[in-house]
Amino acid sequence: MTRRYSALSLFKEGLVGQTGWRQAWRSPEPKPSYDAVVIGGGGHGLATAYYLAKNHGIARVAVLEKGWIGGGNTGRNTTVVRSNYYYPESVELYGLAHRLYEGLSKDLNYNVMLSQRGMVNLCHSTAEMEIGARTVNAMQINGIDAELFSPEDVRRVAPIYNFSPDARFPVFGGIWQGRAGTARHDAVAWGYARAANRLGVDIIQNCEITDFIVEGGRCRGVQTTRGAIRTERVGMAVAGHSSVLAAKAGFRLPINSYALQACVSEPVKPILDTVVLSPGCGVYVSQSDKGEIVIGGGLDRIPSYAQRGNLPTLETVIAGLLEMFPIFGQLKLMRQWAGIVDVVPDSSPIIGPSPLPNLFLNCGWGTGGFKAIPAGGTLLANLLATGKHNDISRPFDLDRFASGRLIDEAAGSGIAH
Amino acid sequence: MQLFPCPFCGPRDETEFHYGGDAGNARPDGADVPIERWANYLYLRGNPKGAAREIWVHMNCGEFFVMERDTVTHKVVSSTALGGELAA
Ligand SMILES: Cc1cc2nc3c(=O)[nH]c(=O)nc-3n(C[C@H](O)[C@H](O)[C@H](O)COP(=O)(O)OP(=O)(O)OC[C@H]3O[C@@H](n4cnc5c(N)ncnc54)[C@H](O)[C@@H]3O)c2cc1C
Ligand SMILES: [Zn+2]
Repeated sequence: MTRRYSALSLFKEGLVGQTGWRQAWRSPEPKPSYDAVVIGGGGHGLATAYYLAKNHGIARVAVLEKGWIGGGNTGRNTTVVRSNYYYPESVELYGLAHRLYEGLSKDLNYNVMLSQRGMVNLCHSTAEMEIGARTVNAMQINGIDAELFSPEDVRRVAPIYNFSPDARFPVFGGIWQGRAGTARHDAVAWGYARAANRLGVDIIQNCEITDFIVEGGRCRGVQTTRGAIRTERVGMAVAGHSSVLAAKAGFRLPINSYALQACVSEPVKPILDTVVLSPGCGVYVSQSDKGEIVIGGGLDRIPSYAQRGNLPTLETVIAGLLEMFPIFGQLKLMRQWAGIVDVVPDSSPIIGPSPLPNLFLNCGWGTGGFKAIPAGGTLLANLLATGKHNDISRPFDLDRFASGRLIDEAAGSGIAH
Repeated sequence: MQLFPCPFCGPRDETEFHYGGDAGNARPDGADVPIERWANYLYLRGNPKGAAREIWVHMNCGEFFVMERDTVTHKVVSSTALGGELAA
C-alpha cells in the first residue's frame, strides 16, 4: 500500500503496474460529534482542517461539503497567485499565503504545480503610471517584491501584446511582481484533503448544512442532510453562500453574491509566458501548462446565485482580450463557466467571530481568494483553536464595518468591482 | 441577453440597468442614530438566494424603481415605480 509520493514510491508502483496506490482520502460516515466542524470543502475549508490538525493538534475535525470538494470557486478560478496588494494589513495576509504557497508542495507531499512565471499589471496612460509607481513603492516598503516596468520591459515579457501605434490601450509600463504566477487549483484542494485526511480529519462530501443547533445563545452544532453533528466550534468557509448560512444563523453580512466568469481556449503552443492584467481592458490572461489560454475579467453586473454567468459580461471580456492580443482573434473558446463569489464593500475578506458565539467566519474573498487559501486556513484554524484573533486576522474582523476601519483594496484586488 | 422591465420605458436591455441595493433599506434619521444602525444601513445586505426585492435604476431614463426577481433563475416577477421604499 503506497501512501507517500516519492521517487521511490513512483518507481515501485511502476514495477507493479500502479496497483498499490491508495485512495487519497477516506469517505467516512459522519460521527455524532467532533472537536471542530468546518463547513465548506473548498480550499479555505480544507486548509483550515489541515492546519487545525497540524498547527494545533486538533484532529477530531470534520469538513462538511454539500457537493464535492473543490467543486465551488476553488475549482472554478483562473489560478492566479500573487501578493501585490496595497495596504499593510493585506500585505501581511496575502504575503503569508504567498510564502506558504512557495513551500506547499513539500509541506503537503502533493505537487500543487506552483509556477512563478511573474505577473504584470499594465498601465495605459501617464496617470496610470503614476498610480503604478505609488503601488510599487507601497509594495516595496511593505517588503513585497515589485518592480515598475517600462514599455520595453512589458514587451520583453509579453511580446504578443498589441504594441501598434493605433492600439486603443497603449502600454506606458506596468507593475511587475516576479514571484506571482499560477498554481493548479484542483491540486490545492486535493493536496490539502489528502494531507488533512492523513492527520485524521474526516472529509464528508454530499453533506449539506441545513441549519445550526443553537442552545443558550451559542452554536452547539449543525443540522445536515446526513444528520445532526454536535461540536463547540464551527468554522464556515462557503464563499458565495455565506449570506445563506448567515441567515440560518440569524445574522446578515456585508456581502452581495455575484457570478464571476472565466473561459479557456483550445490548447495552443507556448505563446504567453506570464500573467498579464489590463485594468483598461478589464481582462487578465495566462496560458495553462496544457496550452489553453485562460481568460478572466470583471464581475457580472447583477447580484446572482446562477452559477453560469451572463452574456454581456463575457462579450466585454472577449472584446477586451482582442484589444490586448489581436493575435488571439482566431482562437476557439472551449469552455465558459462561472462561480458565485462573495463581494464585500471594501474588497477585503471577513475573518473572525460571527455574531453567533462559537461560529467563526472565513468569507468575503470575492474574486481573489484562491491566492489566499493557505493564509485563510491558517487564520481560521487559529480562531477555532484559540477562540481569538492573531495580529494578521484582527484587522479583517466583521467589526470593521461599524468602526469604519475598512481596508479598501478595490484597486489591489485587480479587477473591477 | 436579458430584458428588464423599466416601469417607465418598458422592456429594455439588461445592460441599461444598474443595481441599487435591497428594497426597504431605509436611511436612519435623526441626530443620535447608534453606530450599529448606521453600519447596518450602509453595509449589511439580505443577499437572498431566490426571491428578492431590489432597488434598480434605469440609467437611460434615470428613474429608480423596485424590481422583484429570483436571484437563481433571474426571472422577473414584478417591476414597480418607487412607493414608500426609501422612506423610514
Ligand atoms: C471565475 C473565477 C476566477 C477566479 N480567479 C481567481 C484567481 O485567479 N486568483 C484568486 O486568488 N482567486 C480567484 N478567484 C476567487 C477564488 O476562487 C475564491 O475566492 C476561492 O476559491 C474561495 O475559496 P473557498 O474555499 O472560500 O470557497 P469555495 O471553493 O467556493 O468552497 C466553498 C464550498 O462550500 C460549499 N457549501 C456552500 N454551502 C454549503 C452548505 N450549506 N453546506 C455544506 N457546504 C456548503 C460549496 O459547495 C463549496 O464547495 C476566482 C473565482 C472565480 C469564480
Ligand atoms: Zn426607464
